Amino acid sequence: MVKEKQLEDILPENTLKTRVPQEQVPRVVKPAPSRYRNEIAKYIVHRSLDCDLCGQCVEVCAYGVHVRQPGFKYFGEPKHHLCIGPNCERTDRYCVAQCPRGALQIQENPMFKVLGDFRWTADLILATWKMAETGDVPPEAYDFNYECGNSGGGFDRLRFKFPKPPPVKLRADEIDTSIQLNKRGDDRPKIKIDVPWYGGGMSFGSVSNVTQLSKARAAVAFNTFTCTGEGGYMERMRPYDDHVITQVATGLFGVREETIQRVPIIEFKYAQGAKPGLGGHLLGDKNTPAVARMREAVLGISLFSPFPFHSVYSIEDHAKHIEWVKHVNRRALIATKVSTPTDVDMVAVGSYSAGTHIVHIDGGYGGTGAAPDIAKKNIAMPIEYAIGKVHNFLLAEGVRDKVTLIASGGIRTAHDIAKAIALGADGAVIGTSELVALGCVRCSRCESGRGCPRGIATTDPELSAKMNVEWGTQRLINLYSAWQKILVGILLRLGLRSVAELRGRTDLLMHLDYTNDVPAKL
Amino acid sequence: MPEKYHIQTRPVPPRRPRIGKHGVVDWREDCARCHNCVKKACVYDRYKLEEEYIRNLSVVEALYFDCLGCFSCVQDCTKGILCLTINPEYEKLGNRYWKPDIIKTTWLQAETAKIPVSGAGYRGPFSGQGFDAMWTDMSEIVRPTRDGIHGREYISTSVDIGRKLPFLALDGGESEMALPPLVSIPMPLIVDLSSPAHTLPKLDPIVEQVAANTGIIAIMDSRYRPAKAEHLQNIAFYLGPDSPPVPDDLLRETRLVEIADDPTVVECVKAIKKTHPQIVVAIRVDLTATGVNRAIELGGLPEVEAIHIVADANGNELTTHKPRFLKDMLRQIHTALVEKGIRDEITLMAGGGIALPEHLAKAIICGADLVTFNLPLLVALECHLCDSCRPGTPCPAKLEKIDFNYGVGRMTNLIAAWHDQLIELMGAMGMREARRLRGDVGRAMFFENLEEDTFGKLYGKRKTA
Repeated sequence: MVKEKQLEDILPENTLKTRVPQEQVPRVVKPAPSRYRNEIAKYIVHRSLDCDLCGQCVEVCAYGVHVRQPGFKYFGEPKHHLCIGPNCERTDRYCVAQCPRGALQIQENPMFKVLGDFRWTADLILATWKMAETGDVPPEAYDFNYECGNSGGGFDRLRFKFPKPPPVKLRADEIDTSIQLNKRGDDRPKIKIDVPWYGGGMSFGSVSNVTQLSKARAAVAFNTFTCTGEGGYMERMRPYDDHVITQVATGLFGVREETIQRVPIIEFKYAQGAKPGLGGHLLGDKNTPAVARMREAVLGISLFSPFPFHSVYSIEDHAKHIEWVKHVNRRALIATKVSTPTDVDMVAVGSYSAGTHIVHIDGGYGGTGAAPDIAKKNIAMPIEYAIGKVHNFLLAEGVRDKVTLIASGGIRTAHDIAKAIALGADGAVIGTSELVALGCVRCSRCESGRGCPRGIATTDPELSAKMNVEWGTQRLINLYSAWQKILVGILLRLGLRSVAELRGRTDLLMHLDYTNDVPAKL
Repeated sequence: MPEKYHIQTRPVPPRRPRIGKHGVVDWREDCARCHNCVKKACVYDRYKLEEEYIRNLSVVEALYFDCLGCFSCVQDCTKGILCLTINPEYEKLGNRYWKPDIIKTTWLQAETAKIPVSGAGYRGPFSGQGFDAMWTDMSEIVRPTRDGIHGREYISTSVDIGRKLPFLALDGGESEMALPPLVSIPMPLIVDLSSPAHTLPKLDPIVEQVAANTGIIAIMDSRYRPAKAEHLQNIAFYLGPDSPPVPDDLLRETRLVEIADDPTVVECVKAIKKTHPQIVVAIRVDLTATGVNRAIELGGLPEVEAIHIVADANGNELTTHKPRFLKDMLRQIHTALVEKGIRDEITLMAGGGIALPEHLAKAIICGADLVTFNLPLLVALECHLCDSCRPGTPCPAKLEKIDFNYGVGRMTNLIAAWHDQLIELMGAMGMREARRLRGDVGRAMFFENLEEDTFGKLYGKRKTA
C-alpha cells in the first residue's frame, strides 16, 4: 500500500485535509460461533426413553455432541451440529454402537433438504459457516463438500488434477497468494493485495452499515479491498479508505468528487451479472431515511440506476469517463465492471485501451440485492465461459500482462477462485460467500419490506442490530483465513510457488463431463 | 406521441389456500412458553397470519404453508422445537417439465401482474434441457433507447401474421402489387386451443375477453360463438378435420383462421381466401416425426401465409421414440426456410412447452415470429396441472366454479407480466423491435456452443449421458 508520506505528493490538498487516521485490524483468527442458539445440523441424534442416563455417550463421543452439565442428572439437548453422523461408525467412539441400552439413533436431519439450492448446497453453506466460525478448513470427519455446489456445470464439474507427488516440494510459508492490481506500467501506484480476491460492491441500502463495515475491516486485515457499491460512501467507512473501492455506477448515487478522492481504486460499474443490461433497483421499502440521505434521493421511492451510463455510447466515451476520474484522483487505479455478453472479450480489450487497470467481469449467476428472476437465470453467460474467452483474447491482442482480469459472479469457494485463476483470471471478487459467512441462508428475501430477516442485507435498525461489527469482522477474517489455507494447499499440491503461476493453467484442470484426452499445450 | 401498448391490470387474489414452499413444524409438547417467543419476532408475521388463517378456516383444505424459509425462528427458539420443512403439496405441483417453481411463479404473476423480483443470485442448475440450454445475450453499450428503464415503452413488441411480399414494385410511389392481408398484434403471443384433456367450456368466454383486453388473438374451436361481435377481431376459428363450418357473417369479421394440415390443405386455403380474402389462414402442423419436413415443405408453397407448428405440452416432438425439443425443431425449420430464401415471406407460429416468459423470447430467437400457449393461462387460474382432468372427476382447483372477472383478471395479469418480462429481456439485448428478434441467434448463446468453445477445445469430447 502507498505510505502516508507518499500520499502527500499525490493527494489533492483538500483530500489531505479531510483524511482521517486509518485504522488497523489485526489478522488474527479467533472463534466466532454462530449468533443463533440452534445451529443447523447435518445429522440429528435421537435419545429414546430406554436411556438409563449412564453417561457412556458423553465419555465416548469425540466431538462433544452429548452434553451433561456437572451436577445434573439429565442430559442437555445434544449438540447435533457437532455430530459427524454415520462416518463415526468406522471408529470405536460411535455412541450409537457404544450405548449399552441401544437408546441412541442418528439420522440425517430432514431440515438439511430445505437448506440451500443447486448452486449453494446445504453442505456448502454449513461448511462456509464452519470456516467463518473457526478460521480453518472444516475437519475431514464432517465430510462437507466445500469445494463446489451441485449445479451440474461450470466450476461444479471442474476438478484439479493433482500430481502425485507434487512436482516441486514446497513449504506453505513459501507460497505467495498475492496479486498485483496495476500492471499497466503507468505512473499510478503499484497496489498488491495479499489474497487473490476482494469484496464485491454492496451498497448501503442493499446491505446494512454493519455488513459494510465488517467487510471493510476484514479487507484491512487481509490487505485487500472492499467496495462501496453505488449507494454512496458512508462516513463510518473513512478509517478504512485505503482499502475501499468506491463505485461510480449509472445512478451516480452519492458520488462526489470528494468521495472519489478518498480511495486508491475507483470502479466504473457498467453492468451487474445478476441483471445485465437492466440497471440497479432498490425497492422503495429499503429506501429508508438514512439511505435517502446517503443517496441524496427522496425517501421511500424505488431507486433505479439506469442502464447504461447515459454519457457513454462508445469506448471513446468510456475513456473520457476514465480521464475525468483520473484527473480528479491522481493516485487511483481504475476498475471497470462489466457483465458477460457474447462480445465480453471485445469489451474487455476496449476497456483496457480506454485506460482501465482492472477489468472486472461479472458472470450471469452472480449475487444481487434485488433482480428480476428472469434476468438472473437467462441473461448473459456464466462466468466460467467468459474467463477463458477474455483471457485468450487479451493474450492474442498482446495486452494480457498489462491488465488485471478479475472474475466474479458465482464464485463461492476457495476452489472456485483457484479454478477461475486456472481458467485465466488474475483474481476474483466475492460477495455472496461473505454474506453466507455472516449467517445468510440464501432465502432470497433481501429485496423488499424490511429486507433481510437475518440482519445482513437490510437497513432496518432493529434487524441490523442482530449483528455487530466485531463479530462480523471476525467471521470474515476467519473465512478469508480458511480460504487462504485452502488456496495454499491447492498450490502446494500443484507444486506452484505463487497464485500468479496458476493463471491460465487450464492443463491443471479436468472436466468431469469430458473425455479429458486432449494433450496439454503449455 | 403515439399511443403505447399497455395492459390494464389489477391485483386478483387467489380463491384457494396458497400452496407455499415452506412450512414450520412445531413440536409444541416441548415448548417452554417463553415470554419472548420467536414466533412474535417473525419478520413477516407468518405465525400471526397462520393463526388468522386457521381462525377463518371454514373447511380444512390445506395447512398453512406460507413461511418464507429464513430459518430465523428455527435457529433462535429456546428449546429448538421448530423445524422447517418443504410442503409436500408444493412438491406435488406440476410434473417433470412444469416444475413446482414454474407453477408458483405463474400464480404470483397472475395475482399481481408484476415481474417476479428476488434477492440473492440464481439458485438453479447450471443449464438444462430445452430452453434452459440457452442464454439470451445483453448489450454492454448499444441500447434501444438512451432512457434506461424509463425508455422501455419505446420497445415495440408488435408482430405481423400473414404473407409478406419479397419486394415491392412501385409506380409513382404506389405499390403496383396487391398487398396481402396482414394481422398485427401488439405482442408476439397467441392463445392456443385448449388441449382436449383440459377443455372446460366455461373458460372460453374468459379467454375471449382476455384476448380482447390484451389485443392478442385466441384460437377457438369453430363451434364457439363469441359473446360480443367486436371480439371477433381477437378470435381465430380453428377448422379441424371434423369441425363444422363457421357462418360467413362471423368469418367476415375475423382476421385469422387456422386449419388443420392435410393433403388438401392448399385447396382449403384457396377456398377460404376466395370467399374471405381479408383473412389470413394459418396451417396447423403437429410436430410429429414428419412435422419438421412438412412445415418446411409448406413454407415453400406460395399459397401458404402462416404455419403454426405445435409440439406436445412439454415442448417435445410427438409420437417419436427419441423426441427432439421445440427449440431445435424450430431452428431447423427456420434455417431451412432462410436457406431457401423465403423465410421473410411467411409467418411461423410455434407452440408447445411454452411455460415461462423467457420461453417466449427464446422461441422467437430460435426462429418463431410469435408463440402460442395455453397451459400457463390454466395455471393462472390456480390449476395444479395434476393431470386428473377426467369427465366426472372433480377438479381439485375447482376450475369449473371460477368467476368470470376472476378468470379474466388472472389471465390478463399473467399476459401483462409476460409482456413486461419480454421487454426486460429485449431491453437488455438492446433490441427495439420484436420483429427483428426473430431468428436472431446472435442475441443468444447456446450451451453446446459455449461448452465446445470453452471446454471442448481443452478437455476433449463431451461424454453423452
